Amino acid sequence: MSVTTLILLVLGLGLAGWLVARSRAAMFRRASADHRIAALPVYHGWYAALWIVVPTLLFALVWMPISEQLIIQHVLASPAAENLPAFGMQRETVLSEARMVATGAAPGVFNQDAAALVGPFEEAISRYSVIGFVVTLLVAGSGAAFAFLRLKPDFRARTRVERMVLSTLLIASLVAILTTLGILASLVFETIRFFGMVSPVDFLLGTNWSPDPMSSATNPDGSRYGAIPLFWGTLFIGAIIAMIVAIPLGMMSAIYLNQYAAPRVRTWIKPALEVLAGVPTVVYGYFAALTVAPAIRDIALSLGISNPSSESALAAGLVMGVMIIPFVSSMADDSIAAVPQAMKDGSLAMGATQNETIKRVLVPAALPGIVAGIMLAISRAIGETMIVVMAASFAANLSANPLEAMTTVTVQIVALLTGEGSFDHPATLAAFALGFVLFLVTLVLNIIALRVVKRFREAYE
Amino acid sequence: MSETADTTVKGSPLASQAQKSLADENVETGEPKMRARGVDVYYGNKKAIDSVDIDVYTEYVTAFIGPSGCGKSTFLRSLNRMNDTIPSARVTGTIELDGEDIYASGMDVVQLRARVGMVFQKPNPFPKSIYDNIAYGPKIHGLAEGKQDLDEVVEKSLRRAGLWEEVKDRLTDSGTALSGGQQQRLCIARAIAVDPEVILMDEPCSALDPIATAKIEELIDELRGRYGIVIVTHSMQQAARVSQRTAFFHLGNLVEYGHTSDIFTNPAEKRTQDYITGRYG
Ligand SMILES: Nc1ncnc2c1ncn2[C@@H]1O[C@H](COP(=O)(O)OP(=O)(O)O)[C@@H](O)[C@H]1O
Ligand SMILES: [Mg+2]
Repeated sequence: MSVTTLILLVLGLGLAGWLVARSRAAMFRRASADHRIAALPVYHGWYAALWIVVPTLLFALVWMPISEQLIIQHVLASPAAENLPAFGMQRETVLSEARMVATGAAPGVFNQDAAALVGPFEEAISRYSVIGFVVTLLVAGSGAAFAFLRLKPDFRARTRVERMVLSTLLIASLVAILTTLGILASLVFETIRFFGMVSPVDFLLGTNWSPDPMSSATNPDGSRYGAIPLFWGTLFIGAIIAMIVAIPLGMMSAIYLNQYAAPRVRTWIKPALEVLAGVPTVVYGYFAALTVAPAIRDIALSLGISNPSSESALAAGLVMGVMIIPFVSSMADDSIAAVPQAMKDGSLAMGATQNETIKRVLVPAALPGIVAGIMLAISRAIGETMIVVMAASFAANLSANPLEAMTTVTVQIVALLTGEGSFDHPATLAAFALGFVLFLVTLVLNIIALRVVKRFREAYE
Repeated sequence: MSETADTTVKGSPLASQAQKSLADENVETGEPKMRARGVDVYYGNKKAIDSVDIDVYTEYVTAFIGPSGCGKSTFLRSLNRMNDTIPSARVTGTIELDGEDIYASGMDVVQLRARVGMVFQKPNPFPKSIYDNIAYGPKIHGLAEGKQDLDEVVEKSLRRAGLWEEVKDRLTDSGTALSGGQQQRLCIARAIAVDPEVILMDEPCSALDPIATAKIEELIDELRGRYGIVIVTHSMQQAARVSQRTAFFHLGNLVEYGHTSDIFTNPAEKRTQDYITGRYG
């Protein structure tokens, strides 16, 4: 029995429960003296339906992986399984081939060993699907029985449904958090594996980055895993060049929009800036690689600089800065708008001009919010991948010359994970260590920024 | 309006307070510091102030009283052109400072506001240190040369506002960390620091407790004569205590303007009398 049929079956049962409970409640209502019961009939319906559907789905969620294991075990216990190759990879291949034939996903077997296993597979699959089906019905039945035993005329189905909805919503919100934790856990796990092979000191303090995926995996050369050039490239492109572009332009546009722009102008420019934030980064990447980088190279050549790189840090940084402008400006705009009008009036009433008021009162008062916005923007810039993958270089280079090629953490992660190295080679695992460092840095930046913003909000409550 | 309308308010506590402050009133002097004639203020098409004539003297504190929404703040803000910051507001008529029309096209609004300072209803110190709050005006107007000069201006302003003794050891603390009453005196000191000719105060005590209010009133009395002071208040006791001239506004009209003692003891208009005897408001 397929998953789809199972889900349809459960939903069908739920619908049946809903209809029955609702009409039963309507009956209660007609029977009661004053035609009133503690909850509307629909709530009786929902109560029954939820008690049927939720436990059944939870069971299905648990059962699916378990039945998988049970099937494999059943097959392995069969006499035909004794001929299976002992080595992991081949063994898996044979098993999955037999399984595909058994479920009808493949027309015939290629491997003779697999042929013998088709029978046990068919047997196991049909057995466990019957078991699963029966248990599902049992779970649904007992859910229904429980619900119907409690549904009486004076039962407060309404508050119960409310509570069940609440817990469903809670679970839904936990999914995102748990997933993130899961990702983090796997990241940590792989990072620890990496640091088992390469010393953290070499990684965090070394200045030579040239991992060789073809070298021996068991005895890696730690001196080739120095990530400082990557950290530097990331900072230089994302936190220095990009911010030199984004901070002044973002601030100025925020001030213009907030303080000077006529309402009509504002209704046009503000959405336009927000659209800028929605442009897919790969488009910025094209722009950086195909337009800006060659232009910078040409300018450098015409200025007499020999051999300028066509993948300069400057090109990636400039375009990234443009991408970040909307983040800086919208946070700055919000922060300036949050400064009370009384502050502005106070300054104007002292005989300050609007410009003096902005410079000396509004911006200083909004500074915490603005700084927080810049930190969020930096954390976004250093995590940004597409622009640098397209426009920055893959070559690690520790230099302060913006016209030179540089690489970033994200570029190297992409390079390492799409490279030739096998999955447990340190050159591949290094990607996780880099990802972990990036994660930590952006996390810290975000936490600080959010706290600053919160404090700032409180100050003007 | 009622059969008791002709009851005189003579002998009421209000009247005796008004008479007390009348005691130290000088004889009428010549030219008013500010003169408003036929002033109308509109918000869009709505007229909020209708043809108001008022004189403000440096020698006297002028109080604006009247029920809320009658246009006291609106008129006050037209005296230093703070209404310019509200896009829909429009002022007609003439308002003169030392005989000079402040709405004339050649008028420098920035200079005007340095000459006619303002203190708001809610204390609004800048989120800067106490020192920087006071130094703000002198700095932007270039009134002090060098640090020592500035220090002197700060001290003098804080002394005049009666705040020096309380804050002299913590000038670097944030102005927003002071108590409400101290913040309001800081705002007065801030206004004083640019050496204005007139100070406008819009209900400066309405956010303060009685003790802080008493301090501000004392301060206003001390500042009288040095600066022309206009105070909007919703408390008639306060008007009686601190002012020598009172203007009663009602529905955008100036109903009556004259000696505070007259307004409170012998109002010419029945509407004034109804208001000060608490019949409406
Ligand atoms: N910014 C504004 N825009 C439009 N109308 C306003 C504005 N400020 C005040 N008003 C209106 O002008 C009238 C007078 O207000 P205001 O001067 O604040 O009165 P008061 O200070 O005496 O309580 C009120 O009817 C008020 O609604
Ligand atoms: Mg007011």
